Amino acid sequence: MKQDLPLFPESASNFAPEVDALFWAWTAVSLFFTALIAVLIVYFMVKYRRRAVDEVGQSERAATSLEIAWSVIPLIISLAMFAWGTKVYFDMFRPPSNAVEYYTIGKQWMWKFQHPSGQREINTLHVPVGTPIKLNIQSEDVIHSFYVPAFRVKQDAVPGRQTQIWFEATKPGVYHMFCAEYCGAEHSRMVGSVIAMEPQQYEEWLAGGPAGQSMTASGAQLFQTLACDTCHRPTTGIPARGPALEGVYGKQVRLEGGRTLIADDEYVRESILNPQAKIVAGWAPVMPTFQGQVTEEQLAQLVSYVRSLGGGGSPEAGGTAAPGGSAADSAGGQVDNPAPQTAGPAPQGTNQGPQNRPQDKT
Amino acid sequence: MDATVSPTVHPEAAVARPNYLNAEYGLKSWLLTRDHKRIAILYLISVTVFFALGALFALLVRLELLTPQGDMVQPDTYNRLFTMHGIIMVFFFLIPAIPAVLGNFLVPIMIGAKDLAFPKINLASWYIYTLGGIFTLWAIVNGGVDTGWTFYTPFSTNYSNTHVVMTAVGVFINGFSSIFTGLNFIVTIHRMRAPGMTWFRLPLFIWSHYATSLVMVLGTPVIAITILLVAAERLLHLGIFDPRLGGDPVLFQHLFWFYSHPAVYIMILPAMGVQSELVAAFARKRIFGYRIVAFASIAIAVLGFLVWGHHMFVTGQSIYAATVFSVLSMLVAIPSAVKVFNLTATLYEGSISWDTPMLYALGFIGLFTIGGLTGTMIATLGIDIHLHDTYFIVAHFHYVMVGGTIMAYLGGLHYWWPKISGRLYPGFLSRLSALLVFVGFNLTFFPQFILGYLGMPRRYWSYPEEFQVFNVLSTAGATVLGVGYILPLCYFTWSMRYGKKSVDNPWGAIGLEWDTPSPPPTENFYTIPVVTRGPYDYSPEEVHARRTEEVRVG
Repeated sequence: MKQDLPLFPESASNFAPEVDALFWAWTAVSLFFTALIAVLIVYFMVKYRRRAVDEVGQSERAATSLEIAWSVIPLIISLAMFAWGTKVYFDMFRPPSNAVEYYTIGKQWMWKFQHPSGQREINTLHVPVGTPIKLNIQSEDVIHSFYVPAFRVKQDAVPGRQTQIWFEATKPGVYHMFCAEYCGAEHSRMVGSVIAMEPQQYEEWLAGGPAGQSMTASGAQLFQTLACDTCHRPTTGIPARGPALEGVYGKQVRLEGGRTLIADDEYVRESILNPQAKIVAGWAPVMPTFQGQVTEEQLAQLVSYVRSLGGGGSPEAGGTAAPGGSAADSAGGQVDNPAPQTAGPAPQGTNQGPQNRPQDKT
Repeated sequence: MDATVSPTVHPEAAVARPNYLNAEYGLKSWLLTRDHKRIAILYLISVTVFFALGALFALLVRLELLTPQGDMVQPDTYNRLFTMHGIIMVFFFLIPAIPAVLGNFLVPIMIGAKDLAFPKINLASWYIYTLGGIFTLWAIVNGGVDTGWTFYTPFSTNYSNTHVVMTAVGVFINGFSSIFTGLNFIVTIHRMRAPGMTWFRLPLFIWSHYATSLVMVLGTPVIAITILLVAAERLLHLGIFDPRLGGDPVLFQHLFWFYSHPAVYIMILPAMGVQSELVAAFARKRIFGYRIVAFASIAIAVLGFLVWGHHMFVTGQSIYAATVFSVLSMLVAIPSAVKVFNLTATLYEGSISWDTPMLYALGFIGLFTIGGLTGTMIATLGIDIHLHDTYFIVAHFHYVMVGGTIMAYLGGLHYWWPKISGRLYPGFLSRLSALLVFVGFNLTFFPQFILGYLGMPRRYWSYPEEFQVFNVLSTAGATVLGVGYILPLCYFTWSMRYGKKSVDNPWGAIGLEWDTPSPPPTENFYTIPVVTRGPYDYSPEEVHARRTEEVRVG
C-alpha cells in the first residue's frame, strides 16, 4: 500500500471513480487556465518589456466581445461542473434501499462501530465488499468527521443529531480511517482502519467474534429498563398514558395544532430528548425528557427498537430494521386517533412508582 | 533601484521640505496624531509585529510536520500553535494589512482629500486594534488557545481548557477597529472627493476599498455577536450551541461563516485594488475594462455574503441547501475570473517594467489564479466531500491569502515605499525577495494540494508515513519563503535611514498620490487638486515630466 511517491489515493469504493473523474476533469480545466494566464504573462512581459525610459503602453478601448467571452465561458464551465458535482453528491447522500445499516459513534478520541448483527469494534471497521453500507453517525461530545480517503466519503459526527453516509467497498484491503474535524488534543490519533473483505471472509470474521446483542434487541431491553413500556402500551382495560408505539414508525402522525409529520428516526429521537416539542394530538404533554439519561448509543438502540415495532415502510430509503425485539400486539398502525385521554387531569409530576418512571409520551 | 529608472537626487531635497514625517517629533506626536499617514505607519509597525509572530508559529508548525511521528512538541502545544497562527494571521494581519496600512495612507490622497472624514475615529481604530491585540497576546503568553481559529462549538464552549474567552475578547475588540476603518472609508469616498473626481475617475484601488468597507461594516458585527454567544455559553452555560443545553453546534458554523467567508473578501478585494494600481503603473496604460473591474469588486462583495454554506457541505445540512450554496459559489468566481483576465489583458501592448513591485504583481496574478480555480473545485459538491478538511483546503486558502493578499501587500509596499518614506531601497535585493517569495511559496503550498488529494486531514500533529515526502518539501519551501519575507523587513528598515532619497515620482506614475511630494505634507496637498481626466491616462511627455521634476510647492 505504501509507495515512495504516491500521487493518487487508493480507489476502493463505488464513489472513488466518479469523484476522481470529476476531480481530474476540473484539474485539467484549472491547469489549462493557469497555463494560459502564465504563458500570456511571460509572453507579454518579454514582448512588451520597457525599452525606453519614458515609453508608455498602448491603451486600447475595452472590447466588449472579449469581456463577454471571458465572463460567459467560465460561467458555462463552472455551471457544468456544478451540475456534475451535484449529481455525484446526491448519489453520496441518497443511500440505496438495500443498504445495510451500521452504527458509528465518534467520541474523544475514538470511533465505535456496531454491525447489524451486534458485533462491536473500536477504530476498526470490517465491511464486506460489494454490499452498500449505510453508516448512521453520532457523536457523544464534540464534532468529529468520519473520513475514509480511499472511499472518498466524509461525514461529520455532530452532537445532538444523527447524520448518514453510505458507500460500497469495491476492493478488499486495509484503508485509512481518519477523523477530519479537529476535535481536541488527540485529534490526529483518532484514526483507524476500514478493512474491506470478500463477503465470505466477512461472514467468517463475524462468526469468529463474540456477537453482541443487535441494536434492536438492546433497544427492546432498554425500553423496559427505562420503563418506557409503562406508558407506551396498548390500552388494556386501564387507559394508557401514552400512545402505543407499535406500527407508528414511518406513518403519518397528527400533532396538537393540526400539523402532521412522518414518524422517522429524527422524530423518535427528538421525542425522547425533547418530548414537549411535538405532541401527538390527543395526548397530554406529560412525558419527561431523557436528555442526559441516555447515551447516544442507547438513543440509537431505542430508535432502532421503535423502528422494529413496524408500521408502514421506512420513511427513508434504507429501512432494514431487523424484525426483532418483543413486539406486543400491534395497535394497527393508526395513530391519528389515539386512545382517549385519561379522565381528569393528567398525573403530572406525581410519584408514579419506585423510580423516575417516564410518563406519557405523546 | 532600476537601470531603466534612474532617479536623480535634487539638491533642494536636502533642505527638507515640510512633510508629515518631519512636521512634529516625539512619541506623543505619533501616539496622538490624527494624520491618516502617521496612523498608517502605526498600523504598519503593528501588523509587522503580528506578522512576525504568526510566521514564527507557522515555522514551528512546519518543523513539527517534518516527520510523521509527532516528536518536536506535544499535541496540545501543536494545537495551540496552529490555532494562534490562524488567529493572528487572519484577524491581526490579513484583515487589517492592506486597508489599514496602504488604504489608510492612500485613500485620502488618491481622492484628493486632506484626511479621512473622521481622523479621531481613525486613531481610535488603531488603539482598539492594539487593545484587541494585547488581549490576544495575553492569552498567548498565558498558554494560548487550542480551538483552531474557527472556534467550532461545542469544543470551544465546553471542552477546551485553554484561554478561549480571553482570545475571543481580543478578536471581539479588534472587530471594532475594522468597522471604524470601513465606516471612515465609506464616508470619505462619498463625501470628500476632490473637485472633478467623479466615481468613474476613481482609481480601482478606491473602488476595491469601497467594496471592502461595505463588507467590513456589514459583516463584522455578526462575528462580534457570535463570539459573544460563545463566551456566554462558556461562562454562563446558556444553551446556544451545546446540544445538551438545547443548542445547536451547526448554528455556530452558520454564524461564524456568515462573517468569515466575506472576511476572505476583506482580505482579497484590497489586494485586487493594489494589483490594478501596480499593473497600470508598470505597464503604463489604462486598465483594460476599467468599469467592469470596478463593478466586479462590488459584485464580489455582494455575492460573497451568499456563499457561507460551502464551508459546511459535510455537516449534514440539507442537500438542497448545499446545492444552492454550491451554485452561488460558482457565481462569485466569475467576477474574480474577470478581474484576472482584465489584468492580464492590460499587459498587452503595455510598456512593462520589471521593477520589484511589478514582479510581485505578476506573481499575484499567477498565484491568485491557482487559488481561485482550486476554490471552484472545492465549491463543487462531489469533490468537496473528499477534499473538505484536508490539506487541499489548506493549500487553497493559502494560495488566496498568502499568494494573493501578501503578494499584493508586499508589491504595494514596494510601489509606495518612496511615497511613504521618501527613500529608495536596493533594487537587486528587492527583486531577489520577490523571486524567493514566489518560489518559496509554491514549494510550500503546492505539495499540500497533493497531500489533500491523497487524504491527509488538516490540523494533524502526526500523520501516516506515506505523506512525509510532501511534508518535507513543504517545510523546505517554508524556509525559502521565510528568507523572502525577512529580506524586505531588513532593507525597508535600512532604507528609512540610509536609503537614497527618492524624487517625488520615481516611477513616472499617474495618480493624485504622485501629484504631491514624497513624503507628502501633513495635509497631503499644497493646493487641493482639480481632476479633469481618468485615473490611468499615460503619455510619454507626461511620464518624462513626472519622473524628473519635483512637485512644485505652492
